[in-house]
Amino acid sequence: MAMTQSRARGLLLTPAALWYAGLLLFPLSVVLIFSFGERNPIGGYAPGFTLEQYANLPARFAAFRNTLTLAPLGTVAALLIAYPLAYYLAVRVSPRWKTMLLILVIVPFWTSILIRSYAWIFLLGGNGIPAMLETFGLGDIRLINTPFAVLVGIVYGYLPLMVFPIYVALEKLDKSLLEAAADLGTPPWRSFLQITLPLSMPGVLTGSMLVFILLTGEFLIPAILGGGKVFFVGNALVDLFLQSRNWAFGSAVAVALIVIMLIVVALYSRAVKRFGASRDDAGLM
Amino acid sequence: MRLYAVAVYGFLYLPIAIIALFSFSAGRSASSMQGFSTEWYARALNNPFVMEALWTSLKVAFFSALLATVAGTMAALSLTGMKGRLRAFFDVLVQIAVMIPGVVIGIATLIALVTLFDLINPWLEIAMGKRLSLGMGSLIGLHGMFTMSLVVLLVRGRLENLDRAQIEASNDLGASPLGTFVQVTLPQIAPAILAGFLLAFTFSFDDFIMAFFVAGSETTLPIYIFSSIRRGVTPEINAIGTMVMVASLTLLIIAQVLLRPGSSRTKG
Repeated sequence: MAMTQSRARGLLLTPAALWYAGLLLFPLSVVLIFSFGERNPIGGYAPGFTLEQYANLPARFAAFRNTLTLAPLGTVAALLIAYPLAYYLAVRVSPRWKTMLLILVIVPFWTSILIRSYAWIFLLGGNGIPAMLETFGLGDIRLINTPFAVLVGIVYGYLPLMVFPIYVALEKLDKSLLEAAADLGTPPWRSFLQITLPLSMPGVLTGSMLVFILLTGEFLIPAILGGGKVFFVGNALVDLFLQSRNWAFGSAVAVALIVIMLIVVALYSRAVKRFGASRDDAGLM
Repeated sequence: MRLYAVAVYGFLYLPIAIIALFSFSAGRSASSMQGFSTEWYARALNNPFVMEALWTSLKVAFFSALLATVAGTMAALSLTGMKGRLRAFFDVLVQIAVMIPGVVIGIATLIALVTLFDLINPWLEIAMGKRLSLGMGSLIGLHGMFTMSLVVLLVRGRLENLDRAQIEASNDLGASPLGTFVQVTLPQIAPAILAGFLLAFTFSFDDFIMAFFVAGSETTLPIYIFSSIRRGVTPEINAIGTMVMVASLTLLIIAQVLLRPGSSRTKG
């Protein structure tokens, strides 16, 4: 019986295992191997074993700098906007409306980020917010194709991903703790700082990690709202592989990006151990 | 507090509303409202390039979601209750698949497949007179690889919350393992499987970045939209965008309703 069961398990797992082997592990291994190779003069890859590509990484410094400033900024901005909303949804809203309001937060995240970002071209472009500001006497403000436009785009795009884990953490919070604190005469702001905020930290950490990781790999939002002036590592990768066809160097940039993400995930797991958090992102789907 | 929530919902939905509004403009400008007409919808629906891209997107979304749902559900069934190294290894694979940026996996797959095809195509040509190239197969394969991971997470989540007692009772009463699966397990995980399919379909239908690299000579609807935006915004793109949004919103709301607690009637 045990034998047939483990055999059944193996058979059930085979298609997924083959799929991952062919289109996840194989491509990532190729990138890793190519990153130690050399550039083919006609474009593409030439075999070799050198660390030259990694030594050359500073050539794309601007892309890493933009990514590593705008991704943390975007994460913090999303956190500041998301927390009060998550708190409102978890604590204040009646159960009747809760499901509906939650669905309304999650749904934009799953609809085309391409079309949603593109909408900001209208809002930030000449006829949008700048024109409105001009009526208040603030003339000649340029928003589109600036770092600010990209920041707005990424906060807008990834806000739902931040709201959800925080909501889950706050929802689980034992309300009797707050009542006890109030009975003992603790002012609301203090019980927020001493009870609510620490207990919601797992959600804050999970949300921040998810948003940060996705932001470091972003391509579309800088491409649409940055107008070629504000580019991320993702944009540099597209340029390296499709325009300059420098596969070896591009691979090194890709590996560097993955390493940055792994560091963030490692930091997150350490923080999670401290706060005793559990991952609560499954509800996003 | 309430006002704040309204403001955030406004922030989330205003851009969507703007596109929908401008798509009904009668003027030629994409970024203002001049009169009312559905002309741009008619134009989009009569544009052969749009229709071909739409058809490609629908085929890729349907087949990648179908395969991902089957393989993902099978994997989830296999992984539930499994312990040890294989389980740990698979969990890491699922995590990597979900976390890896679309631009990285798209490029990685592109260069890996191009290199592989360059190696085997001369042989294939001699043996069968055929050549492999990027296109429908790589689109379905890559989208499916990603969405299969989502299906695994969703279905496994539901499986781990199943009432073991019901399965044991069914076994004790002499039902075969297959009988127990079909009559007890499957009805309970069906909403998660269906929701997984809908999410996988929506993801594939909306994805630009992975498709951009592995589409070969195919054009999906997001690729068409992206290259049109590059050439300048038109009211026609607003109309296409609105239709795409409405389609995905509908599927997503169905998926969300299926996923919420209490949606599984058999759970009792």
